[in-house]
Amino acid sequence: MTQVFLGMPAPGHGNLFEEEPFPQAAHRELGNTQMRKNLRHATHTIRDKRLKVVGELPDWEQLRDAGAAIKNNAMANLEELLLQFEKNFIARGGIVHWARDASEANKIVTQLVKDTGSTEVVKVKSMATQEIGLNEHLETEGISAFETDLAELIVQLGHDKPSHILVPAIHKNRTQVRDIFLQEMPEVDPNLTDDPSKLADAARTHLRKKFLAAKVAISGANFALADTGTLGVVESEGNGRMCLTLPETLITVMGIEKVLPQWEDLEVFMQLLPRSSTGERMNPYTSLWTGASADDGPRNVHIVLLDNGRTRALSDRFGRTALNCIRCSACMNVCPVYERTGGHAYGSTYPGPIGAILSPLMTGIEAEDNGSLPYASSLCGACYDACPVKINIPEILVHLRGEDVDTKRETHKIPTQMDLLMKGGSWALGKGKNIGLLEKALPLGRLMAGKDKKIKKLPGIAAGWTQSRDIPAPPNKSFRDWWSDQKESK
Amino acid sequence: MRIALFATCIVDAMYPETAKSTVKILERLGHEVVFPKAQACCGQMHINSGYMPEALPVVENHINAFDTDDYDVAVAPSGSCVASVKHQHPILAERLGKPELKERAIAVGKRTYELSQLLVDVLGITNAAEQLGSYFPDTITYHPSCHGMRSLKLGDRQLDLLKTVGGITVEELPEADQCCGFGGTFSIKNADVSSAMLEDKMKNICSTGASACAGGDASCLMHIGGGLSRTGAKPKTLHLADILASTMEETVTL
Ligand code: SF4
Repeated sequence: MTQVFLGMPAPGHGNLFEEEPFPQAAHRELGNTQMRKNLRHATHTIRDKRLKVVGELPDWEQLRDAGAAIKNNAMANLEELLLQFEKNFIARGGIVHWARDASEANKIVTQLVKDTGSTEVVKVKSMATQEIGLNEHLETEGISAFETDLAELIVQLGHDKPSHILVPAIHKNRTQVRDIFLQEMPEVDPNLTDDPSKLADAARTHLRKKFLAAKVAISGANFALADTGTLGVVESEGNGRMCLTLPETLITVMGIEKVLPQWEDLEVFMQLLPRSSTGERMNPYTSLWTGASADDGPRNVHIVLLDNGRTRALSDRFGRTALNCIRCSACMNVCPVYERTGGHAYGSTYPGPIGAILSPLMTGIEAEDNGSLPYASSLCGACYDACPVKINIPEILVHLRGEDVDTKRETHKIPTQMDLLMKGGSWALGKGKNIGLLEKALPLGRLMAGKDKKIKKLPGIAAGWTQSRDIPAPPNKSFRDWWSDQKESK
Repeated sequence: MRIALFATCIVDAMYPETAKSTVKILERLGHEVVFPKAQACCGQMHINSGYMPEALPVVENHINAFDTDDYDVAVAPSGSCVASVKHQHPILAERLGKPELKERAIAVGKRTYELSQLLVDVLGITNAAEQLGSYFPDTITYHPSCHGMRSLKLGDRQLDLLKTVGGITVEELPEADQCCGFGGTFSIKNADVSSAMLEDKMKNICSTGASACAGGDASCLMHIGGGLSRTGAKPKTLHLADILASTMEETVTL
């Protein structure tokens, strides 16, 4: 094989794109008052739960450091770890497939399903298969995929899109869930109430039939352990466990960044993940499987190792720690922007703060409207504080804003208002003398203010400010001038 | 001590009283305050908007102004500007391939303090009424700005100082740790989300019944104050420095 250096690794495809500028999407979602109410309630509840269980661990900060260190190390040795994992996975009877991008992964999975002769598959909740749009692809190939995670099921039955990585139906409340069930589950009791236990019962009856009939299951994975060739899924409902054990064939689609060096590393992540994601000390079901066995569980075990823009993200030295993400969703639960816009505003499978960095890192900042995602943050830093693997999301957001501006510099022939403002600002704020000169005009600014000493309307992009905020009339004299007068004349 | 005041551009141009208050507090404690006149701005607006090459002259200017032996420590009445000096300047220098500037940025950052950091950690202030003569006979609530709270890890330094001001009543702000929605150019680029965040912040402030919301960052206060003014709500905003500088003889009025 000849090796050709092709420059930047290939970008990711699939559901990684913001299709309209974020402010526009946000504007629409902000108008959805029911969604905002549901989301506020849900995020605030989970925040409190997380804080409580995190507070129980005196070594939480050290655990976060350990999580970050293990991940940084894994990313630095990704190639060796993946090869080691492949060797061990094969040695235990598994079959390994490598997919460069979404369409390769979809093709591989489709062929594997077709080879079994089955036209139905059950699915364990998985972000990677959302990312590549697997269900939709299978459908075009005549294969029906049934989501078995309760929230994914709600989203699938409601012909909707997930809006959260852990709680995909977080934007729905229980009355809305009941309505979806009544409409989409033919066998359901027409007197179904919105009592959560009744809703769970209905879903259980609906799903049980699928589990028992399915010959093929498709899953994602939370971890892959290089030293043993083991895969792991962490979940709450046990539906994943059913999928992982009952069918004959199990196909796992996993991003290459999920590999960890060794079994012992689970000690750290099994403490970090449940506390950060659902606010529980321990999640109810942790399934670990190593290869295939003739008389227990699936006989055919496959893994599709997916790149889809991950090596691209890895090649960005200021952004690569985004790959350390363990998809706990703590960052979106604490994010004041996500809380108000919901997940759909971000376009991509990955919403919230992590999505705002991961999507453009995987696709390239110039793809579709992904350049607008890094600005979807006030940089308040709540995400960084919550992240169990200490990804400095605000710093990466700022870095990607820089990439966005630099990219557009090359394409914009005519400077935008923002470009001009920043250019002017660079001069004005680049010397004490210059700002001093401008401050001489402060009394002029006072003329713009009305009798009530408020400026209520500004032109151009600054109108965004005065849409909801006044500006006080500026003072007569800057501090700088006051200082000169008072202190230096003495 | 000889203390260099980094006024920050917004305080210098829009809120000169806050810089004067900072000077008053430090002089009251017997320190000498200097104002390096070459200073202008920390460059955070440029950096956070992604205009890195445009930020460079601003950052270089700041480092040149403060990389001198003319003072012992520098202080700014702003958590976010100090966070920018400490954290963003070295990163910008690295990004633009300027290792020497990075070293100087780190050195300046080490000597730069946010006001409450300086007062509590360096100058040992634990009681504003007793040690600074601070007096403010009104009810306030307090918003801890994000960069002070999270980047600088100020903890309760600002709030503790406020609570020890003579005559003051401090009402706790519900959901205090939530961002006010300012975020620099975020407030105009994503004006709708920013306004939605502001709305909740204002609701919480008004629910305390306080006459003013205090804080340590003039920019966040301009944002909150601008919203309160627009909606005609009663509470005003006031900088921490102005409350600490207020005395029985010279009481700040809202
Ligand atoms: S970025 Fe951190 S907080 Fe957000 S989902 Fe990933 S691991 Fe969790």
